[in-house]
Amino acid sequence: MTGPIRASLMVTCLGDLFFPEVGVAIVRLLRRLGVTVNFPPNQTCCGLPLFNSGYHREAARVARRTIPLFGASEHVVVPSGSCAWMVKKEYPGLFRDDPELAREAEALARRTYELSQFLVKVLGASRVGTSFKGKVTYHDSCHLLRGLGESQSPRTLLGNLEGVQLVELPGADECCGFGGSFSVRLPDVSTSILAKKIANVEKSGAECVVACDAGCLLQMAGGLSRKGSRVRALHLAQVLAGPDEP
Amino acid sequence: MSDQALRTPFSERAGAALRDTSLQQALTLATTKFIGLRKEAFATYPQGERARDQARAIKEATLQRLDHYLNMLADNVERLGGHVHWATTGEEACETILRICRECRVKTVVKSKSMATEEIELNEALEHAGVTPIETDLGEYIIQLAREKPSHIIAPAIHKTRGQVADLFSRVLKGQFPADPEVLTAVARKELRQKFLQADMGITGANFAVADTGTIVLVTNEGNGRMVTSLPRIHVAVMGIDKVIPSMTDLMFFLGILARSATGQKISVYTTLVRGPRQPGELEGPDEFHLILMDNGRARQIASELREALYCLRCGACLNVCPVYRQIGGHAYGYTYPGPIGILLTAMLKGDRAVKDLAHASSLCGACQEVCPVRIDIPRMLIELRQRLDRERIAPLAERVLFKTFAQVLTTPALFRLAATLGRLAQRPFVRGGRLQNLPLVFARWTKGRDLPPVAARTFSERWRELR
Repeated sequence: MTGPIRASLMVTCLGDLFFPEVGVAIVRLLRRLGVTVNFPPNQTCCGLPLFNSGYHREAARVARRTIPLFGASEHVVVPSGSCAWMVKKEYPGLFRDDPELAREAEALARRTYELSQFLVKVLGASRVGTSFKGKVTYHDSCHLLRGLGESQSPRTLLGNLEGVQLVELPGADECCGFGGSFSVRLPDVSTSILAKKIANVEKSGAECVVACDAGCLLQMAGGLSRKGSRVRALHLAQVLAGPDEP
Repeated sequence: MSDQALRTPFSERAGAALRDTSLQQALTLATTKFIGLRKEAFATYPQGERARDQARAIKEATLQRLDHYLNMLADNVERLGGHVHWATTGEEACETILRICRECRVKTVVKSKSMATEEIELNEALEHAGVTPIETDLGEYIIQLAREKPSHIIAPAIHKTRGQVADLFSRVLKGQFPADPEVLTAVARKELRQKFLQADMGITGANFAVADTGTIVLVTNEGNGRMVTSLPRIHVAVMGIDKVIPSMTDLMFFLGILARSATGQKISVYTTLVRGPRQPGELEGPDEFHLILMDNGRARQIASELREALYCLRCGACLNVCPVYRQIGGHAYGYTYPGPIGILLTAMLKGDRAVKDLAHASSLCGACQEVCPVRIDIPRMLIELRQRLDRERIAPLAERVLFKTFAQVLTTPALFRLAATLGRLAQRPFVRGGRLQNLPLVFARWTKGRDLPPVAARTFSERWRELR
């Protein structure tokens, strides 16, 4: 029996609070591709900010809550490479002393995908059939690129999109300077790394810089807007989703 | 860096570096060049990935039996007529060298570039004892003239522009020198030649020490290392105990990746292999050879979370790609070893308290691990280090309370929703044109340099109802 593919959206804390439109775009896009989407309630955060700052017991508490929320999910789709990395690569290790939870964490890790990887590798939808007008460039989020080894899927999706002229971003694989709590622990260093990124974005001549991570978007959009730049920072889903259904 | 300079908080040291325009210029130029050269070198070295795996495996295996290989090395060096000295601490290493200086009436020492001797502040110890140390690596010579410390593991004067070097030489060496690297190099060569001839002792580090042959390996580009080991009557090599490798076959894997990672060269201009003092029938080489095997905090890390940092080859590749290092340079870190690997090595050598702030001087972007020739998982160890700071209660109490409260919010959906509601209320007076530009308190740390979108009028969770 093959029914429609089902996916649960893990919207992430930044996605929920700051970029709800990204979540909306993902739902629209996935439905367009025939996926049945659900949204398990009471989601908060994957715990990555706690984990990266060294608060692993606390991160494990968050993970212990998150894992059963998605216990019944066929696939879990995450809009941010860093949060997907957390679930896929770090959740199991948090439960070294609890084999049962470790097994559940591993099972969740296997079912969890960053959005672009889900589209290309699970759905086989490297052409999503929508269109977007303009010159765009792509910023590699560190965790998606180096953590999950993904650089091609987002570029393929963008390159195949009707109306899009994809240009390569100089230093695309260099960090934008966000780094979670790093951005407020060392704000001056963080923003000077950002200044380099913004300069490269402007050098690319693109009207829009696309990323697959809410952290990078928060950082790059913040820098562009402060500078009064006309370049927009958008999530991949916002570019791919196409216009709202009438 | 002096203790006094270290009393300035790290964030201020970093801030000063960000405002230093010639530093910024020098850093961007040099790191960009190094990154390109490395990339090119590995692109034309198809065996590179395997060599990296192999080198990593050798380091792993050697650490498993470190005492065995160190004893083998020591036996072989002694068999060749060399003297082996074991030093638990940096002070012990310095004392040993000073003792040799006294016994052999050494007045002048020429040195080739060595991070191990920087680590133990040997130059200061020598000067204090009335012995004159002279750095003969061009970069080291520059910073010695400037009375500074290296700011990069392989390019000690990376923070200086050629103009600054010309000014320095003109001032200290009393001349009028143009900002032309060739001219400046010739000036240094002429100055140093005399020093080489005067010197009673040559001091080097060791890039590798081969256990089964007792060979000390020096990887250099200027030829000064070879003169340091062959002209003076005494040669002292100082090495951390992590530098030993089992055999010459192993060495080949390392030589293939070290220079490529460091400078993008297939192999460095000089690879000097030293086996003991001058042997009967040999024309060149010192009368005496001493090897200092120095622990200085390394051995206790073999079983710790930082173990992998002991694999480090000191190539500097992780510095060049680190977005933080590229912005602030090496001096702001405040210790001998800068950059991401430097944070780990500092924790190792100086204790966790020394890296209370440095442990967070990384966005965890992972670029360091990607270029590391032996694939040291630096980001993971930085995270481990941060965990230790919490466990050992070195992290500030306020931070620990904040993160634990944060965890409470993230595990209680009602609190998470409440936080969103409070955020929306609190941000109201600050929203201008759909963005937040001027937030007070701790939030100013974000808005000082960039805008923040307001918490959405309706979160995704709230919008989901109409999307179902």
